[in-house]
Amino acid sequence: MISFLQIDLPAMLVGTLAALVCALIGNFLVLTRQSMLGDAMGHVVLPGIVIAFVLAGTTATWVMLTGAFAAALFSAMLVEFFRRVARIEASAALGSVFTAMFALGVLLLERTGVARTTFDVHHILFGNIETAIWPAATGVASLFDPTALASLPPQLGRLAFGLAVVALVVVLLFKELRVISFDPDFARTVGIPPQIIGAVVVTLAALAAVVSLSAVGAILLVAMMVCPPATARMLTDDLKTQVWLSLLFALASGVFGYAIAVLVPLAFGYEISLGAAGTIAVLSGLFQLVAMLFGLKRGLPKLT
Amino acid sequence: MAELHPLLQVLLLQAGYNTIVVMLGAAALGAATGVVGVFAMLRRRALVADAVAHATLPGVALGFILAVALGFSGRNLSFLLSGAALTAVLAALSIQWIANRTRLTEDTAIASVLATFFAFGIVLLTVIQTLKTGGQAGLDIYLLGATAGMLREEAITLALFAIAVALIVALLFKELTLISFDADYARAHGFPVRLLDLAILALVLVVVVIGLRIVGLVLIVALLITPPAAARFWSDHTGRMTVVSGAIGAFSAYFGAAISAISPDTPTGAVIVLVAFFLLLASIVFGTARGLLVRAIGARNLRRAA
Repeated sequence: MISFLQIDLPAMLVGTLAALVCALIGNFLVLTRQSMLGDAMGHVVLPGIVIAFVLAGTTATWVMLTGAFAAALFSAMLVEFFRRVARIEASAALGSVFTAMFALGVLLLERTGVARTTFDVHHILFGNIETAIWPAATGVASLFDPTALASLPPQLGRLAFGLAVVALVVVLLFKELRVISFDPDFARTVGIPPQIIGAVVVTLAALAAVVSLSAVGAILLVAMMVCPPATARMLTDDLKTQVWLSLLFALASGVFGYAIAVLVPLAFGYEISLGAAGTIAVLSGLFQLVAMLFGLKRGLPKLT
Repeated sequence: MAELHPLLQVLLLQAGYNTIVVMLGAAALGAATGVVGVFAMLRRRALVADAVAHATLPGVALGFILAVALGFSGRNLSFLLSGAALTAVLAALSIQWIANRTRLTEDTAIASVLATFFAFGIVLLTVIQTLKTGGQAGLDIYLLGATAGMLREEAITLALFAIAVALIVALLFKELTLISFDADYARAHGFPVRLLDLAILALVLVVVVIGLRIVGLVLIVALLITPPAAARFWSDHTGRMTVVSGAIGAFSAYFGAAISAISPDTPTGAVIVLVAFFLLLASIVFGTARGLLVRAIGARNLRRAA
């Protein structure tokens, strides 16, 4: 029980919270045909984190958030410059910018030596949920003990903060988000500016990417931004139902994915454990596969 | 020649024999990706290529496991690359199936296939790490690429494949150009558009798989996107654009491999991608067909004429 509280619970929480925050905003990326934005965000944030760390010398939350946001903003501006001023086709603009930013991040990691001390490029790519531990836990009572709770892994607080902000904005702007997701032209006629709501969606996606990247790695955030919303979309036409279903699938992926990766092999006495971030992402993809094969709404006409 | 800067020495092919072979192999790869990338970009397949590249990871891992299970070395190139090609094809088919048969749009199909396949590859890598066999470290180079430790035979194989790709593009050039600019016209005149699209996808697959070794599967797509994007600023003529794109790709890979060869801690793939990106930035400003400078001068002349 104590080892579950110290090792498995924090890791499971980190994986699940990241899954929830990414899936929540992912619904609107999927509906507005910006699914690859999650992929792009997962890549461009890397140099921001590395530069911020090198400049400030700390991995404090606000440093990471500032660096990552600056990188996301800079990339978004560069993509817009490529598209509007240089007139490069949209997917080529996105593709050339996010690969260059990621390459810059990898190069900085290796050249500054940060790769050996602070961030492992493998952890950034694959995630390393398993490092989230809670040594202060001594029993169930620790769950209610403020001093023990204060020593929970810092990425948990970051993820909870991100989830709270994204959830709040989604709730407040739900009507506007619904309209621009399904009918941007109608949005304009009823006085909802699609560009501004679109910018809000991109900003929230950046926030979700930032709080998730160093905690769970790029691949889990990319999977979570697209797979649970896509799964939910196979099952319902109603946006509210879709959002709740996507959160349910994210939750199930997080909890069962971690269990399959770590707890099941252990229970059967195997020495091996699978990478939890990868397993969670694969599970979310399998949910999507099943939904695509058997979902009630899988083949309805595509959005126009 | 001892006073030459080390980078210049490497660039002028005065480094060791192995380095020279590897740099030429890289250049051949860059040329092939630049050439194929033009058509991938014009047919809007650039991001499909990204998913396909990431989807090679589970194949590389399965190839490793199979090779070890059959008593071969885990670094056996034919096992690794066959596996990579297999899962890449599977990913391409999955994307097509999702986009055609469900109401999910193509971007969602690409993103979810990319994420799921790559994640499966990661899970397999963690399994491999626990296997009691050597050579695991060798798999790392397929992620971010490396020229260090590359064998002469590998470099020559890459170069041969690259030349084959360039030849196929040259043979199909007229047809590929036609479907890139007017697919409907091509279809109406009896050109097999679907088959030609499939050919482009197959060529993308080939260059991605042979590029894994040098650039790595995370960044190889940049060599398919960035050189063609840069080449568009130098010419509107598809033939010239293809040549320029191939040249930019070749130079980026050659130069990047040279930098990586002389300085430690520089992942080859990342350096190559950054060189290509700088060439793109330069092309945006100085390109003779639609660069910003030319456009600014053209606009001024127009005003003066008016």
